[in-house]
Amino acid sequence: MADLTFVRHEMVPEQAPPATSVGPRGWLRENLFSSPLNAILTLLSLGLIWWVLSHALPWIVLSSWTASSLGECREQIAAAHGEGTTGACWAVIRERYLQLLFGFYPSDLYWRPLLAFGLALLALAPVLFTALPRRLLWLSAAAPFVVPWLLWGGSVWVPVCVALGFGLGLAALRVVSAAAGGLAGVIAAGVVPVLWWLFLAWVAAGLLQAILPFGITPVESRAFGGFMLSITIGLVAITLSLPIGIVLALGRQSNLLIIKAICVGFIEFIRGVPLITLLFVASLLLNYFMPPGTNFDIILRVIIMVTLFASAYMAEVIRGGLAALPRGQYEAADALGLDYWKAQRLIVMPQALKISIPGIVSTFIGVFKDTTLVSIIGLLDPLGFSNSIRANAEWNGVVWELYGFIAALFFVFCFSMSRYSMYLERKLRTENR
Amino acid sequence: MTTLTDPPKDSFRLGMLIYDTRYRALTIQVVALFAFMLLAAWLINNTVQNLASLGKPIDFGFLSTAAQYDINQTLIAYDNQDSHLRASAVGLLNTLLVAVMGCALATVVGVLVGILRLSRNWLVARIMTVYVELFRNVPVLLWIVFAMAILIESLPAPRDFRGEDAPAAMLFGDSVALTNRGFYVPEPLFARTLGDLPVFGAFDISLDFLAILAVLGAGLFASGLIRTRADRIQNATGIRPTTWYLRLGVVLLPLIALLVALGFHLGYPELRGFNFQGGIHMRNSLIALWLALSFYTAAFIAEAVRGGILAISKGQTEAAAALGLRPGRIMSLVILPQAMRVIIPPLISQYLNLTKNSSLAIAVGYMDITGTLGGITMNQTGRELECVLLLMLIYLVISLLISAVMNWYNTRVKLVER
Amino acid sequence: MKNPVFLGALTVASLVAGAAAAATLDDVKSRGKLNCGTNTGLVGFAAPDANGDWQGFDVALCRAVAAAVLGDQSAVEFVPTTGKTRFTALASGEIDILARNTTWTFSRDVDLKFTFVGVNYYDGQGFIVPKSLGVSSAKELDGATVCIQTGTTTELNLADFFRVNNISYEPVPIETSAEAQQQYLAGACDAYTTDASGLAATRATFEDPTAHVILPEIISKEPLGPLVRHGDDDWADVVRWTLNALIAAEEYGVTSANIDELVANPTSNPEINRLLGTEGDLGAMLGLPADWAVKAIKAGGNYGELFEKYIGQSTPIGLARGLNAQWTEGGLLYAPPFR
Repeated sequence: MADLTFVRHEMVPEQAPPATSVGPRGWLRENLFSSPLNAILTLLSLGLIWWVLSHALPWIVLSSWTASSLGECREQIAAAHGEGTTGACWAVIRERYLQLLFGFYPSDLYWRPLLAFGLALLALAPVLFTALPRRLLWLSAAAPFVVPWLLWGGSVWVPVCVALGFGLGLAALRVVSAAAGGLAGVIAAGVVPVLWWLFLAWVAAGLLQAILPFGITPVESRAFGGFMLSITIGLVAITLSLPIGIVLALGRQSNLLIIKAICVGFIEFIRGVPLITLLFVASLLLNYFMPPGTNFDIILRVIIMVTLFASAYMAEVIRGGLAALPRGQYEAADALGLDYWKAQRLIVMPQALKISIPGIVSTFIGVFKDTTLVSIIGLLDPLGFSNSIRANAEWNGVVWELYGFIAALFFVFCFSMSRYSMYLERKLRTENR
Repeated sequence: MTTLTDPPKDSFRLGMLIYDTRYRALTIQVVALFAFMLLAAWLINNTVQNLASLGKPIDFGFLSTAAQYDINQTLIAYDNQDSHLRASAVGLLNTLLVAVMGCALATVVGVLVGILRLSRNWLVARIMTVYVELFRNVPVLLWIVFAMAILIESLPAPRDFRGEDAPAAMLFGDSVALTNRGFYVPEPLFARTLGDLPVFGAFDISLDFLAILAVLGAGLFASGLIRTRADRIQNATGIRPTTWYLRLGVVLLPLIALLVALGFHLGYPELRGFNFQGGIHMRNSLIALWLALSFYTAAFIAEAVRGGILAISKGQTEAAAALGLRPGRIMSLVILPQAMRVIIPPLISQYLNLTKNSSLAIAVGYMDITGTLGGITMNQTGRELECVLLLMLIYLVISLLISAVMNWYNTRVKLVER
Repeated sequence: MKNPVFLGALTVASLVAGAAAAATLDDVKSRGKLNCGTNTGLVGFAAPDANGDWQGFDVALCRAVAAAVLGDQSAVEFVPTTGKTRFTALASGEIDILARNTTWTFSRDVDLKFTFVGVNYYDGQGFIVPKSLGVSSAKELDGATVCIQTGTTTELNLADFFRVNNISYEPVPIETSAEAQQQYLAGACDAYTTDASGLAATRATFEDPTAHVILPEIISKEPLGPLVRHGDDDWADVVRWTLNALIAAEEYGVTSANIDELVANPTSNPEINRLLGTEGDLGAMLGLPADWAVKAIKAGGNYGELFEKYIGQSTPIGLARGLNAQWTEGGLLYAPPFR
C-alpha cells in the first residue's frame, strides 16, 4: 500500500506581495482608493485643493512689494504681469508691519515688549508644568513685577515697592503670629500690605527714586497697539485669572452656602453674556461705577473686564479638574488631618491643576483670539489698526492683504501654543506611566 | 478607670465665632455677604452719583419713543415710526434666527467633519485636520469679516443678471438667484390664505403656517401609532408588517390636501428695478454671519465628536462588525449613540458660544439685538447704562434657557442609557 | 485678592484722579498733555501715518489747541473713538475735547449735555451712485439698496428722506467706511450715503473715480464741530477761540509763512494785532499766554492752509471749499471779532 501521505519538508518560499499592495501604489490603494466611495472622496478632495490653490497662488505670487500706495501697486502689477492681473499688494504689509505688531510703541524700545513676553512665557511654564525645575518658580514670582515694568517703563522702584508689600505681609504673618496668635497674624498679613500699598508704597518709591534714580522711559498705555496689545491683554488677563479662577472654583465647590451662591452667580453671569457686552461695559460704563472723578485709561479698563471674563471660564476649567480628582484624594487628605488650605495646597490643587492644563491653555488661546473684539470699541488691535491703515488715502481699498496677514499671525501664534502645550503635556505625563 | 463624661458644655463666647469650626463657617459667610453687599452698595452709589452729576438719571422711558431708523431684515412688522422697544424685539428675533440656524448647521458640519477626520482615507482626514486647525486658531471675528468679503467679492451683483447675454444667471430654472446682496429663493404663497392671527396685538402669526404645523404634527402622531402597532405585532408574532407606505401616506396625504386647499404655490424672485423682487431674501450679512459662525463652531464640535468617538472602546466596533453590520450602520447605530453621552456637554457649551458670538453681527451690519438695542438705539438715545444692562440681561436669559434645555436633554439621554 | 500685576499696571499707567467737570484748562496745563478724541480712521480727517503720527483735518484742530494751551503742538494724546464710545469718553473726562466729525444737533447739545464750540466743517449727507446706474436724482432710488455708515445721524436722515418722498429702500448698515466702500464697489449696494466730504474722499480713492457720480441732493445739514463737556465754560472758550483764531487768521491773511513777520512788525490792522497778541491782552483773558493764537496758527497754518493740506483740491480727496469758504467769499465761515 503506497503511502500517500504527503509531508512538506521545507517552507514555501515567501512570495513578494502583489504589486498593488506595496510601494506607492499600495499606499495609494490602501489610503486613498480603498473603496468606490473613498475614491470619489479622494477625487473631490483633490479638486478642492486644486481649486483653492489655483485661485490663491497666482494672487499671492503675482504681487507688488515695493509700491507706496494701492494705485501704484495696481500699476506695478499691471506692468509686470500684464493688464488685468489681480495680485496682492504686499507693499502695505511691508510699510506697516511694525505698526501692526507694535502699534505706536516707540520704535527704539521694541526690545522691551519682546523681552517681556519672552520672560512671561518662561515664567508661565513652571506654574503650568510641575515637572520643570523648582528654581524657575523664582522667575515666575518675579515676572508679575518685571513684565509690567518692562512694558510700561518708569521708575524701577515702583514694582520693587509693590513687591515689597508682599514681603511685608509675610513678615507681618511671622511676627504677629508669634506674638499674638495665628488669627491675628492672618489679619495682620492682610491689612499691613494693603496699608502699605495705599499710603506708603508711592511715597517710598518716590523717595527711593529721588535717592537712587533708576528707571526706563515710561510708555503710556495709549501707545500700545497692534499684536502687542492683543498679547498684553491676553497675558495679563490669563495670569490674573488663574488665581481668581482657583478661588472661584473653590468657592463654587464650597459648602458655605452664601459664598457658593456668590461664586456661582458671578461665574454664570459672566459666562452667560457675550464678551462684547463686557467690553461695552469697559468702554462705556466702568467709569460710572467708580467714584466720581476717577478715570483710568481704556486699556486698563479693558484688561479688567477681560480678566473677569477669563476668570469665569478658568474657574469652570479648574472645577472640571477638581471634579476629575478621585474622591479618595480628598478623603486621604482628611485622614492625614490636614486642614482645608493645607489639603488644597498639598494634595488637591497640584493634581487638579495638572489635569486642567489643556483646558487652561485652550482658555488662553480663546481669550487671546477674543482680544480682536476690542477693535469694536475703538482700540487699535491688529484688526482695528487695519481700519486705520485703510483710512489713509494711499491704502484705501486694501482688504485681503491686511486680513490675511493678521489671520496668519494669529494662526501661527495660536497653533504653536496649542502644539507646544500638547508636546509638554505628553512629555510630562510619562512619569505617571 | 475612666468614666465617660459629656464634653464640656461651654457657654457661648465671642471667640468661638472664629475658633470653633461649628460657628466659623457662619462667621465667614456673614462677613462675605457683608463685604459683597458693601461692594454692591459702593458701586451703585457711585453710579447714582455719577449719573446725577451728568444729569442722566436711569430712565427706561426712551424705549417707548419712536426709533426713527429702518431695519432691513424684520421677522415681525416694523417701520421707522415704531418704538425702540419694538426695534429691539426685531433685533432679538434676528439674533435667535441666526443662532438657531448656526447651531443646526454647526452640528451637521461638526459631526460630519469629526467622523471624516477619523476616515481611513488619508487625504480626506488630512484636509479635515487642516480645516479644524485653520478655523480653531483664527479669531471668529476675522472669519466673519472674511466670509462677508468673500460673498461680496465673488458673487455677481444683481445688475449682472440684466440684459440679453447677462454675465450671471439664476439657478434651478430661474428660481434661485445668488447675488452679492444675498440669496433670493422662492417663497411659499397661498392663494386662499387663512389670514394672520394677531398675538397680544404685537405681532402676527400666519394661520396657514399654524395649520400646516398642526396637520404635520397630527400626521406624525398617527404614524407613531402605526409604528407602535407594528412593534406590538412583531413582538407577538415575530413578523413585522410592512407599514412604511401607510406611515408615509398618513403624514403626506393630509399635508398635500391642506396645501392644495390653501392654494399653495411658489413665489419666484424676479429682477425688477434695482433689486430682485419677490421670493425670500437671505441677506449676505445673515449668510456671512451664519456660515462663519457655523464653520468656526463646527471645528470645535468636530473635535468634541472625534473625542467622543475615540472614547468608545474598539471592542464595540468589532462586536458590531461581528454582528455583520455595515460600517455606516456601525457608526449610526452603535458608536454615535454611545458617543453622544461624551459629546453632549461640550456641545452645549459650543451652542452657547455660538449664540454669544452672534453678537459680532455688528461687524457685518446684521441687525441683531446688539446692532439695534446695543447699536443704533444706544447711539441715538445716549442711554448707555440702560441699553447695556438690558442687552446683558437678554443674553443672560437666552444663555440660561439654552443651558436649561440642553441639560434637561442631557439628563434624559443619560437616563435612557443606563 | 491682591494682584501684583494689576497694581503694578495701575502704578505705571496714568491713574488720573481729578475733577472731570470743571477746570479742564488747569488739568491740561498740569498734565502737560491734551487728550483729544478722534476718529479711529477717516480719510482726510484723522488717520495714523506710517510713523504712527496722527494726521488729518480734525487732528490739526487738536494740535492747534495743544499749541495754544501748552505751546507744543505735539503735546496731544490722540484717543481713537468709535461712534458709540465718543460721547462717553468725553463725558467721563477721558478726553478733553472731541474732534471727531461730530454733527451738532439739538439733542447732543441739550440732552447729552455737551457744548459745541463751533463748526470746523459744514457738511451734508449725500449719495454716490455708479454712473452706469443711470440715476440723476436721489428720488429715483425707489427700491434701491443703500449702504449706510452707522453710528451717526446718517441712518435717521436717510429714513426721513425716504419717508418724506414716499419711496422704499433697503438699508445696509455698515460699521466702517472702508467696508461700505468695498460693498459699494462690488455692487452689493446701488448707492452709498454718508457725509458729502466722506463721499468725495471715498470717490477719490476709486480706481476710476469718473465712473461714479455724487447725486445733487444733500438731504441734511451736518455742521461738524469740536465739542467739550457742558459746564466748563473757560475750557469751551479756549477751544472756541482757538478755532475762531484759525478762521480769522485766514480772513486777515495771516498764514504760517508770514506770521513771524507780522508778530515782529505789527501791522496797522488792530484786529490782527489783537489776534496775534501784539496789542491788548486777549490771551490773559483766556488764561493763556499772549501769543496763544500765534502758536495755534503756527502749528499747522490757518484754517485755509489746513483745509488745503488735508482735504483740499491739491489732495487726493479734492474737496472744494463750498460752504466752508470765508463769508467774504460766499461761504459760512464767520469768526466773531477779536476784541
